[in-house]
Amino acid sequence: MLEIKDLHVCVEEDPSEKILKGVNLTINEGEIHAIMGPNGSGKSTLSKVVAGHEAYEVTQGDILYNGESILDLEADERAHLGIFLAFQYPVEVPGVTNKNLLRQAYNTIAEEQGREELDPLQFEDHAREQLKLVDMKEEFLERSVNAGFSGGEKKRNEIFQMAVLQPKLSFLDETDSGLDIDALKIVANGINELSGEDNAVVLVTHYQRILDYVQPDHVHVMIDGKIAKSGDKDLAIKLEEQGYDWLTDTVSVNGEQQ
Amino acid sequence: MSETEALESMVGGEYKYGFTTDVEYEDFPKGINEDIIREISRRKDEPEWVLEFRLEAFEKWKQMEEPDWPNVEYEKPDFENIQYYSSTKKKDGKKAESLDDVDPQILETYEKLGIPLQEQKQLQGIAVDAVFDSESIFTTFKEKLAEAGVIFCSISEAIQDHPEIVKEYLGSVVPKGDNFYAALNSAVFSDGSFVYVPEDTVCPMELSTYFRINNMQSGQFERTLIICEDNSHVSYLEGCTAPQYQENQLHAAVVELVALEDAEIKYSTIQNWYSGDEKGQGGIFNFVTKRGHCRGDNSKISWTQVETGSAITWKYPSVIMQGDNSVGEFYSVAVTNQRQQADTGTKMIHVGKNTKSTIISKGISAGESNNSYRGLVKISPRADGAQNYSVCDSMLIGQTCGAHTFPYIESANPTAKVEHEASTSRVGEEQIFYLQQRGMDEDDAISLIVNGFAKEVLQELPMEFAVEADKLLGIKLEGSVG
Repeated sequence: MLEIKDLHVCVEEDPSEKILKGVNLTINEGEIHAIMGPNGSGKSTLSKVVAGHEAYEVTQGDILYNGESILDLEADERAHLGIFLAFQYPVEVPGVTNKNLLRQAYNTIAEEQGREELDPLQFEDHAREQLKLVDMKEEFLERSVNAGFSGGEKKRNEIFQMAVLQPKLSFLDETDSGLDIDALKIVANGINELSGEDNAVVLVTHYQRILDYVQPDHVHVMIDGKIAKSGDKDLAIKLEEQGYDWLTDTVSVNGEQQ
Repeated sequence: MSETEALESMVGGEYKYGFTTDVEYEDFPKGINEDIIREISRRKDEPEWVLEFRLEAFEKWKQMEEPDWPNVEYEKPDFENIQYYSSTKKKDGKKAESLDDVDPQILETYEKLGIPLQEQKQLQGIAVDAVFDSESIFTTFKEKLAEAGVIFCSISEAIQDHPEIVKEYLGSVVPKGDNFYAALNSAVFSDGSFVYVPEDTVCPMELSTYFRINNMQSGQFERTLIICEDNSHVSYLEGCTAPQYQENQLHAAVVELVALEDAEIKYSTIQNWYSGDEKGQGGIFNFVTKRGHCRGDNSKISWTQVETGSAITWKYPSVIMQGDNSVGEFYSVAVTNQRQQADTGTKMIHVGKNTKSTIISKGISAGESNNSYRGLVKISPRADGAQNYSVCDSMLIGQTCGAHTFPYIESANPTAKVEHEASTSRVGEEQIFYLQQRGMDEDDAISLIVNGFAKEVLQELPMEFAVEADKLLGIKLEGSVG
């Protein structure tokens, strides 16, 4: 589904600031991946670059989606392909209701994918159905997008949007950060419900905590702009116990970094 | 193209009303003096008292200085180089009685502007007064309104046909020497709309005036007067456009509203005068005095404005709440782009007891424009229990524009309650990226953000015009994305 090949990325305004330094990653349908790593290792940047953020420039390598490069596509065109990003810091859009935003988004994507668009009543039914997944009340639909939401509500709203838009590939950028245990369970449950055989989910996270509730097929550790190690969920447990230092040492011993 | 550039090019969507209509004008000399004023009055065949009103205003104007306190910069108009009256040539020199007498070119102009005057195409449920340069060309649905007792005509006709009403109210809200441009208007005012709603009457349709400046040489000095008698109600909307010229043109209007006991006037403006090019060449100077007087108890005056055009805007639609329990409202969206400058806001003057006012101002600045909100809330000593609630929000698009807020509060009554909130936000790359990530293109993303920002004001517009305003913001925001 997604193939990231030797991806090098810098900040567009400051090319000397290199953030990704050769990332390789393959994600197949039906898989759940977790990307972990210390602050500043490039995890968030990787998700934004896949989604098409313009502040970053790809200097080397490629991102293939179903075999085709998406580097030349705008963010909205990537969304039309079924790529979704749950934001680490969801943005507020005052005066625009969740419902209006999502209906416009849903229908734009549906049109691009040749699926049937939903009229306001059909959409309302569809959206209400998904609300249950994140345990939100119906008035949630009428509230302005993220405006005045608590941190936890914003994160749940991202999962709700994912549920409504039914993407094929979702990057969840620290969706678990700042959640209390109840909210974390709701979010994790939503992710489990939404992941299936024909889609894939990538959890970008600091903590092993969410992996108690969502079972990843693969765990990757990112350090200094590269995937330093990949493994199964035991790797996450080892990271929780031992931190990242043992990996940093390995990397520097190999002389590749630092 | 960076997102900021894309944003700016979008906001600079092309002006679609910049065409010129090729009509023949009657000769009229440029400049201003007593003879000119007498000549305007003579051509309009006015009674003596109107001429006196004009001449007294002119005397006052000559003593006055152009104010320089607004937060705008411009080269002062050369008042001797303006043509103060501009009338198209007519078959028999008279105003058209029927559409057959109206110059087909002018009809075509209005059709192009989306305001067809021909009976079979007329906008349903909306009566339109079409003002072209200095004159009212035609007013639709006049007879139907007359059946309800509502008078809707040009102010020139009202002076001829209903002089007793005009005489009583003209200059009673905005005195002829009120300010520099109001005095100038009082001296040379050309045409505008007149509305009179008798007691216990709800005006059966929306009233609307469409102002078009066509003549490059002329200024437009329209005068609008709306009177609502006891327990009556009217909703009125004005729209404005002008061709693209290199030179600045002056538009100095005066609008007076009078609401008697239990009466309600809702006045909406969609202003889209030509705003000049990206270098700041040309465009309209929009220096306007608009004031409403809640004269009776329990009366209400509500201003809603969507300001997108003009090189310079300088206006403060105000309400004097004299009657007890009267209500004043001001809802405004002002968009400036390129080199546009706007200094706009309101004055809410609380005189009566338990008077209540609301101010919702939304300023959107882009390009190198400058957008200022200036508002006064004044509570007089006898206005017990007066209340005001103000919100002034500014949105910045790009790095080179400015937004300013100048709120003035003067309260002379300790029982009054005044609340003021203000915020400034920037349409950020993150906001656009967020919406793009949800599948929307840049155009739709910005349009959604701006419409959301202005929603509280847009929803105050009469239904029939809300779509028009949405579209106008869209046009202002649409453009080529890199």
